Amino acid sequence: MLKKGFLRGLALIAVVAGLYFMARHHGGPADTRGTSIGKESLAPDFSLPDLAGQKLDLLSYRGKVVLLDFWATWCDPCREEIPQFVELQNKYSDRGLQIIGVSMDDGPEPVREFYQRFKMNYPVVMGNAQTGELYGGVLGLPIAFLIGRDGRISAKHIGATDISVLEKEIVNLLQSKAGLSRPGS
Amino acid sequence: MSFPIKFRPTLLVLIFGTVAIALASVALAYQANLIPASRLINPDDLVKILQSAKSEKPLMIQVGSHVLYSQAHIPSSEFIGPASSESGLQSLRKRVESLPRNKFIVLYCGCCPWSHCPNVKPADDALKAMGFTNVKVLYISNNFGADWVEKGYPIAKGD
Repeated sequence: MLKKGFLRGLALIAVVAGLYFMARHHGGPADTRGTSIGKESLAPDFSLPDLAGQKLDLLSYRGKVVLLDFWATWCDPCREEIPQFVELQNKYSDRGLQIIGVSMDDGPEPVREFYQRFKMNYPVVMGNAQTGELYGGVLGLPIAFLIGRDGRISAKHIGATDISVLEKEIVNLLQSKAGLSRPGS
Repeated sequence: MSFPIKFRPTLLVLIFGTVAIALASVALAYQANLIPASRLINPDDLVKILQSAKSEKPLMIQVGSHVLYSQAHIPSSEFIGPASSESGLQSLRKRVESLPRNKFIVLYCGCCPWSHCPNVKPADDALKAMGFTNVKVLYISNNFGADWVEKGYPIAKGD
């Protein structure tokens, strides 16, 4: 009797949990997939406050491979990507990868709470409309720019990105020495 | 108070079932996919209405992020705050409370792919609960940039 009741309970949980995950991950209209665009333009410089109020200048990261991620705490695909970015930062930081998050939240409070909860291990700055316009208009999230050691945009990913694709691009850039001493850069 | 052994399995089923249903409800509450097609309007249809001299012009309300609104929004649309937050919903209710309940209203966001938008469904539900009968939600499949700006539809910037 006890066993039957327990099994019934488990079956009910399994059904409802299945509905829950279907609802969370049902694609509906196709989600935007990342689009790799080879750009050679210099990534626009900015100076924005991080979560401690200190200014972060993008230019100071010249020489590193930078993954610049525009995101927000309310953006579901962003929340799914960030743990993967934390892993990438751990894996490749000693080879010169620097991930920088640009939060497009309307204020820093939810971002600070998110930062702690997700144990983010890279700097996050508070973006604004001007920053978005510098990067061609950030009119949907997430959008990520991969920037080479020479400060030039190597790829732009719109929407949630296949992390294996992104990792390959990062490794290629980390291994590449091209552009480090490009005239005019 | 101890329950007789024969009732405990049923009680466990009820408790776990309630918790599981509550979790599923939370997950489903923000699902833009659950907005019926009859309450949606496509971007090109809205543009036709906006450009027509004869059509009734809707009150357009952006229920997403201010940073996105500042970069680009539909001209004459108003920003009231993200409808995924209680403060945003309160602002929305306050904005419309004095309006006739048959007022033509269009809600939109465009922050994220449609199935992930946390804002449009709560906003639509709020207006439905207030008795508004002529509300449409702008169907933005990918994001406002891809489905409105890049299509060359009219935009305004700033506040």
